[in-house]
Amino acid sequence: MSERIDQRRAGVERAPAWLVVASAVALAAVIGAQIFGFRTSPPDMAMGDLQKIMYVHVPAAWNAFLAFFVVFWASVVYLWRRTERADLLAASAAEVGAVFTGLTLLLGSIWGRPTWGVWWTWDARLTSTAVLFIIFVGYLALRSFTDDPDRRGRWSAAVGIFGALNVPIVYMSVRWWRTLHQVQSTPETLSPAYRAALRLNGLAFLLLLIVFIAWRYRAARIERRAELVAEEAALQGSGLHV
Amino acid sequence: MKGRRGVLIVGTVLVLSGFGYLVWGGLGSNIVYFLTPTELLAKGSAAYEAPVRLGGQVVAGSIDWDPGALDLRFQLSDGTSSLEVRSKGAPPAMFKDTMGVVVEGTLNRAGVFESTNLMVRHSNEYTAPPEGHRPVDTYQTLIREEDDG
Repeated sequence: MSERIDQRRAGVERAPAWLVVASAVALAAVIGAQIFGFRTSPPDMAMGDLQKIMYVHVPAAWNAFLAFFVVFWASVVYLWRRTERADLLAASAAEVGAVFTGLTLLLGSIWGRPTWGVWWTWDARLTSTAVLFIIFVGYLALRSFTDDPDRRGRWSAAVGIFGALNVPIVYMSVRWWRTLHQVQSTPETLSPAYRAALRLNGLAFLLLLIVFIAWRYRAARIERRAELVAEEAALQGSGLHV
Repeated sequence: MKGRRGVLIVGTVLVLSGFGYLVWGGLGSNIVYFLTPTELLAKGSAAYEAPVRLGGQVVAGSIDWDPGALDLRFQLSDGTSSLEVRSKGAPPAMFKDTMGVVVEGTLNRAGVFESTNLMVRHSNEYTAPPEGHRPVDTYQTLIREEDDG
């Protein structure tokens, strides 16, 4: 009972039921889609069972791109309207996008070693993806080092827009330049045996992306409220417990 | 405060223009990850003894693999010209006839490309095996050839 009162005083509400349910659904979807992929996909003619890494590497990459699209949109809205929620949403999507990009790099590396023969090479696709990752790690560092919320919002919106402009470059890199990474597969180059599993895993990762951003956004709003409480307390020259 | 803002604006403009130059400017067409045999041979005497990446397709039937000495020789072609490549060590399992490869190394005076690193460059096609097919028959070509003698 007293715990609930303390939570209310700190401005923290319980997580909404829809978010808890959606998180459970997202987790179940990822597990289900993975099981579906493993049970229905025959070994590929060229790379055998290594093809199954596609079901985590590609969904991670697609959804990282989507997350940075959200960053772009929310950053433009913030610069336009100066609404704090847009800034917090951009920051949340940037953090989740960075995690998904890191996953893409890691899983791609694990895929590259047995198929290409190397963990890493400096071709345009891998290099531009690494640049994308570093920009958004820098974005998060910039936010944590800037205390003034207005300045933090403006600077990170600028970096967020600039970083998101990299997404089309990463996507097109395999067509614009010679790379070790192959060009995108299309439904024509992907045997029907693999299409449903890839789409299902893409959707499952999308659910994961949505709930991750929602949780992070909720945490960002709580952090922001705590910041305001601390500010108010400091101005009144008294402790937090008043 | 004013000064910091100026630095931020100048910095942003510099980073953006540098980035724009890299991507859309003259450098864009020069970011060449590998040369084809034709491009390498076109360099004439400058092609020799200079570290470079060479890309192309393994010419069908040209693979000469000595599993005892881990010595691999094959012809790498871009459709127009081809070069003999010599590589030490076992290649990736996907290495086989007509597969795309990128090798890092140097072209020696004898006209043989000495590779220090061999990478497989596969296509974007993923194909399910026909009914009753053993996938091992397809993707472990080198090992199977070894078994057959």
